[in-house]
Amino acid sequence: MLAVTSVLRLDGVDRSFGDRQALKNVSFDVVAGRMTGFVGGNGAGKTTTMRIILGVLAADAGRVTWRGAPLAPEVRRRFGYMPEERGLYPKMSVREQVVYLGRLHGMTLAAAERATEALLERVGLAERGGDQLETLSLGNQQRAQIAAALVHDPEVLVLDEPFSGLDPMAVDTVVGVLRERAAAGTPVLFSSHQLDVVERLCDDLVIIADGVIRAAGGREELRRTYTSPRFELVVETDAGWLRDQPGVTLVDLDGARAVFDLAAGADEQPVLHAALARGPVRSFRPVSPSLTEIFREVAQ
Amino acid sequence: MNTVQATRLVAAREIRVKLRDKTFLFSTLFFLLIAAAATILPPLLSGGPSTVAVTEQSAGPLRAAGLEVRTVPDDRAAEQAVRDDEVDAAVVSGPAVLAMDEAPDDVVAALSSQPQVRLLDPDALDPVAAFLVPFVFAFIFYVTSQVFGVQIAQSIIEEKQTRIVEILAAAVPVRALLAGKMVAGTVLALGQIVLVALVAVAGMAFGDGGGLLPLLGPAIGWFVPFFLVGFVLVAAMWAAAGALVNRLEDIGGVSTPVQLAVMLPFFAVIFLNDNATAMRVLSYVPFSAPTAMPLRLFTGDAALWEPVLALILLLVTAVAFLLAGARVYQGALLRTNGRTSIRTAWRTRESVG
Repeated sequence: MLAVTSVLRLDGVDRSFGDRQALKNVSFDVVAGRMTGFVGGNGAGKTTTMRIILGVLAADAGRVTWRGAPLAPEVRRRFGYMPEERGLYPKMSVREQVVYLGRLHGMTLAAAERATEALLERVGLAERGGDQLETLSLGNQQRAQIAAALVHDPEVLVLDEPFSGLDPMAVDTVVGVLRERAAAGTPVLFSSHQLDVVERLCDDLVIIADGVIRAAGGREELRRTYTSPRFELVVETDAGWLRDQPGVTLVDLDGARAVFDLAAGADEQPVLHAALARGPVRSFRPVSPSLTEIFREVAQ
Repeated sequence: MNTVQATRLVAAREIRVKLRDKTFLFSTLFFLLIAAAATILPPLLSGGPSTVAVTEQSAGPLRAAGLEVRTVPDDRAAEQAVRDDEVDAAVVSGPAVLAMDEAPDDVVAALSSQPQVRLLDPDALDPVAAFLVPFVFAFIFYVTSQVFGVQIAQSIIEEKQTRIVEILAAAVPVRALLAGKMVAGTVLALGQIVLVALVAVAGMAFGDGGGLLPLLGPAIGWFVPFFLVGFVLVAAMWAAAGALVNRLEDIGGVSTPVQLAVMLPFFAVIFLNDNATAMRVLSYVPFSAPTAMPLRLFTGDAALWEPVLALILLLVTAVAFLLAGARVYQGALLRTNGRTSIRTAWRTRESVG
């Protein structure tokens, strides 16, 4: 029962900084083999949550468990973490510090060296391994950062904004690497401001605002729950009459093309009939609202 | 992966990085050169026994005194030899000693009959050594603890500034990070001192200062434990200071108290080293004990139990500072925006791992 037991679970986590309560009763699951996107505005509590998972910050209340057991330091040591504020040693070579971080996570020297070579190859840094980190371009430093987070083959991956500052090619590399890890059964939690990337990547979604989890669950499930059914209609002439149809809210009107939401419980077929009664219909199809809209709906 | 293993890894990295640092290598080389120069050069420069020109019949006592004798036919030739700078001095009839601008003490001594000397306090030291040795001890402790203390602070700030500290803190206990840096700093500092000491001892053996060695022995023996514990005391303060700031540029603001805590005792020991009461007090005050107590042992006015008591006092203080420094370090380490006050750091009990 891997799917049930291999779960990273946050349960009622609270955290305050002085008078400000940064997290209020935060609970959600990160399931093995799935990519979980963690979305929220600046200061919503994403980084604080991730730091608590990694044990870098303490929770005031609540608990974090992995496979049903509370997180002891030895367990956390097998997690992989990429903090939002990136950093490696500027004067050390890429290879040397990735090996060093592997060893800090408990690997033998030989194992750390093997893993480092394989990872540098995977993220496209094999030739730069001997160079000092500070001589690398920012994009390549980010690739090194990914290698540093993955070197010890972590059981759980927590990545804070892993795509910020990456060029498109590096984004593809990182997405590829993360997908591999998820497919191999590692739960992956990542935060991002880039909702389009999250949309493309995540299986599950956790939305946080003002330290409160507003929604958590499968991406499609959330889409169904939090957005009204949306359709696109293309007719021959002006589609402005839609505005007077019962249950229809126009989202976008551009001459013969219209996008509209249907009120809960309303049926789309009467709208199609009404359109056909007015002339030819070129296109009528459901539209998936983007993550941005789910986010707006949930987090406002 | 326990704390001890993590500490060892952290310390090994610190040492490896330092041993590749050119500034560190050059400064070590510089110290070694100074140690060699200070011990080898003075005997060489003093030039050994004087050469003296004298007629054959007066040469006997001078030869017996081990001087380099050059026989000349008469007093005029002897005087000429001095004027031509061929010899340091000449002995002419009278007897009188001729020299150009400096009285040749060894020649005078060879010709005089000296009264018997009975030392009533046979341990009393050569005044030059009595002045130099305290200075050297105090100087070594002062320079080494400052240099390596600053390096511990810099290494802590570098990890904060580059933000790698968050990855490190997620991987190993924060106390292992601190312990690793302290161990590395101590090993490097002690290693440098031992190297300098070896060169100095070799230099003394090579030059003619060997007579000082047996006297220095016990003082050096005590200096090592005092140095070690004293270094930990100073390093703990530097670690706390480093953890409070986020940029290397800001270190000046927090390091002044630490520097004063090392500098004031240094000058106190230098200037008060002939004041027995002051030295007795200084040899128990933890900040000056690492230099003052070995000194009192060197000059022979400390009883055998005194260094033990002073060392225990120093040890207790160092442990207290280490615990306090560790707490400040843990509390301030992950505050990467702006400068953290000691109060805030002290109250923050973060870092679960």
